[in-house]
Amino acid sequence: MSSIKQYLADFGWPRIIIFFFLLSLFVAAPFFGVRLDNSLADVLNRFGQNGIFVLAMVPMIQSGCGLNFGLSLGIIAGLIGALLSIQAGLVGALGFAGAIAMAAPFAVLFGWAYGRILNKVKGEEMTIAMYVGFASVMFMCIMWIILPFDSPTMIWGYGGKGLRTTISLESFYKRVLNDFLAIRMTPSAIIPTGELLFFSLCIYLMWSFLRTKTGTAMTAVGSNPDFARASGVSTDRMRTLSVIISTFLGAVGILVYQQSYGFLQLYTAPLQMPFAAVAAILIGGASVNKGSMLNVVVGTFLFQGLLTMTPSVINSALQTDMSEVIRLIVSNGIIIYALTRKLKVTK
Amino acid sequence: MGQEDALLSIEHLSKEYYGNIVLRDVSFDLKAGEILGLVGENGAGKTTLMSVLFGMTVISETGGYKGSVRIDGEEAKFGSPFDALDAGLGMVHQEFSLIPGFSTMENIVLNRETMKASLLNDVFGDRMSLLDRAAMRQRAASAISKLGVTLDTDMLVADMPVGHKEFTEIAREINREKTRLLILDEPTAVLTESEAKILLKALRNLAGQGIAIIFISHRLQEIVEIADRIVVLRDGTVVKDTVNESLSIKDIASWMVGRSVSVDRKQDGAGRSFGEDILQVDGLWVDMPGEPVCDVSFSVRSGEIFGIGGLAGQGKVGIPNGIMGLFPAGGSVRYRKKEVPLNSPRAVLEMGIASVSEDRRGVGLLLDESLEWNIAFTAMQIQEKYLKFRLGGLIKYRDEAGMRALTAEYIDLLDIKCTSPKQKVKQLSGGNQQKICLAKAFAMKPDLLFVSEPTRGIDVGAKKLVLDTLRRYNAENGTTIVMISSELDELRSICDRVAIVNEGRIAGILQPSADVADFGLMMSGVAPESSDAQETAHV
Repeated sequence: MSSIKQYLADFGWPRIIIFFFLLSLFVAAPFFGVRLDNSLADVLNRFGQNGIFVLAMVPMIQSGCGLNFGLSLGIIAGLIGALLSIQAGLVGALGFAGAIAMAAPFAVLFGWAYGRILNKVKGEEMTIAMYVGFASVMFMCIMWIILPFDSPTMIWGYGGKGLRTTISLESFYKRVLNDFLAIRMTPSAIIPTGELLFFSLCIYLMWSFLRTKTGTAMTAVGSNPDFARASGVSTDRMRTLSVIISTFLGAVGILVYQQSYGFLQLYTAPLQMPFAAVAAILIGGASVNKGSMLNVVVGTFLFQGLLTMTPSVINSALQTDMSEVIRLIVSNGIIIYALTRKLKVTK
Repeated sequence: MGQEDALLSIEHLSKEYYGNIVLRDVSFDLKAGEILGLVGENGAGKTTLMSVLFGMTVISETGGYKGSVRIDGEEAKFGSPFDALDAGLGMVHQEFSLIPGFSTMENIVLNRETMKASLLNDVFGDRMSLLDRAAMRQRAASAISKLGVTLDTDMLVADMPVGHKEFTEIAREINREKTRLLILDEPTAVLTESEAKILLKALRNLAGQGIAIIFISHRLQEIVEIADRIVVLRDGTVVKDTVNESLSIKDIASWMVGRSVSVDRKQDGAGRSFGEDILQVDGLWVDMPGEPVCDVSFSVRSGEIFGIGGLAGQGKVGIPNGIMGLFPAGGSVRYRKKEVPLNSPRAVLEMGIASVSEDRRGVGLLLDESLEWNIAFTAMQIQEKYLKFRLGGLIKYRDEAGMRALTAEYIDLLDIKCTSPKQKVKQLSGGNQQKICLAKAFAMKPDLLFVSEPTRGIDVGAKKLVLDTLRRYNAENGTTIVMISSELDELRSICDRVAIVNEGRIAGILQPSADVADFGLMMSGVAPESSDAQETAHV
């Protein structure tokens, strides 16, 4: 009995409560006419779609830079990669791989500069990160108009200049991961196997990275920077590296997100994306200084599950369309809840 | 005790913090106009005594004290420093509490400004009164003249030399009309010799006007010069309460350091042989806050246990931190005939020099990680031990099995009490945490080991084990050890030579068998008379 209690305590009551709430939504769904199979497929799809953003939080948490509220910077790098890939006319799997490859140098460059900034504001990383994210999104709003892309699929039909707000990936790499080995459960519910496999691969790579010498040093920097420095580890370099990895994962994350969604969203679309990822990893039980792969998986599943199920069930129950309002209340409410729950590090 | 005319009398005062007795049955009196010199080593209980006198909340929060403090024969129980101020106590702390952007005058009368009424008073009440600057200046000037020094009342504190700041602090305390007892905690520590002289004169001036003074200093010369009576505290007890008549500094030093019992030395210097000089430090300075090192030179022979002692704040802890590159440092450090690059922790570690930090929880440990991580981390990062190589060394994974074996070895060797090697270090007791720090350094298999304050905050049993471990490690592996400690007994029991640091410089190097009084004198910055026991600083 006590061992069960201990296990539950380790897992954390917040997660257990949210899990049962989510379960009750699934149970309630059929009574309000929401199809269970569709809901489940939706949750799985969004799980794979958003998982990499959440994973991108891990390196910066481990190195003590806090939650990456400036993930938008990585998303922008990903968007640039995607545009270049479309401009080059790459399609299918090649288009997707090309987008990642072309996003990489931008992600490294942005991450390096962003890391330099964060090293100058130790202790205030999360606030500064948020403004770095906001500022870069707004700056890119200008750039999307003046950058010399000219592929007809992406520029405004009228005027022939400036990128559209949404660009269809229909003829490029839409659902390239989702459809890989996809399993059709019921006529309308498909399990996106490829997307889930790709997410698993990313998790495995991160898991093994944290087991390397460098990953160990990174964790030590987050745990106690003075200790790491006294052991000959350069804290600034480790922190910068963690920011670069996080930014790169943000770029990969947006590409995975797009191929599943089918559209490329520019301008202010990346503005709010980091918040969902932050909320998810906190729900998963990570603190501002410690995050594990389990936190990522559990957090993404619970957060995306809530986000999918709450609006659809409540909409059907109340017979109104409030999905967007409810989505905002749920996601921001979870962020507030999670941030107040954050665990302090021992000093 | 309990004389009729005593202004302050302390009777049978005892205080303990969580079962750790810091003051034991302390009693003494102080008459008006008397200067009492209070001396004692770090940890003797001076600060606690002053906190009790001044009604600091830390005392009541930790369970209050036993015994009584009487002022004018009446029992005084201060709930807060404000009550103490009202009763006529004034205190000048070691650190200045002045507002840099305010002038001398403004600082002296702060919060007790003279006001004059203005029209707005009728509408908004007293908060709208104007400052009467002329009256304030006059009050400040009179407080300064009581001291018998000259200060510009309009000079900003930020522009002042330290000496003037000290006088401003004192002037502020005596500006209160009721102040009858002034406590000065190490007032001369930051002053130059000439400034200190002026201060002493000013204090005598004040005493002449009937203000009683408690003067705390480790500069024994000053104590002998100024005090009417001297009280020596050691380990929380008053070991001496005597009129200052024909006392020598040496007497006071030996009372202060005390413990004339012969130190338990298991090894004799004669039976030990050392190699050539392995570490040569020349003109080292270290900018470590609170422990600045100005100009330190010494050398350590191979295989030796070299001790560095001295009072807190004198710079002894700065020496290893500077050499290990943790604080900005300069000068020359040579190790095995090679220049040690300063300000680069990695380069020093790579030369085979390891250190155990004095700041165990802050620098020494990863509190949130397991024993395995803590012990293996430095060796892994610096020497690439406990790693598994994949893809021709491109990927270096942690060798969990290797780390476990290493940890098991040290748990056994150092008798670390833990539930498992995966336990988080923050759950261990202080003594066991210290053993982890040692194990971390040993895992590097160092040639030269700096150990700072290895026994701070751990119980007696653990202390002995830590010291025995160091001694054994030195004997078995021939590792040269430089040990920095505030506890003289400890240094004398295991070191082959002991250097005493005072005001950022080496005051002298003594044999551990040297007279206790000589150590005490050096700590107070006085060259001992019997110089036969002393070696020159440059060996």
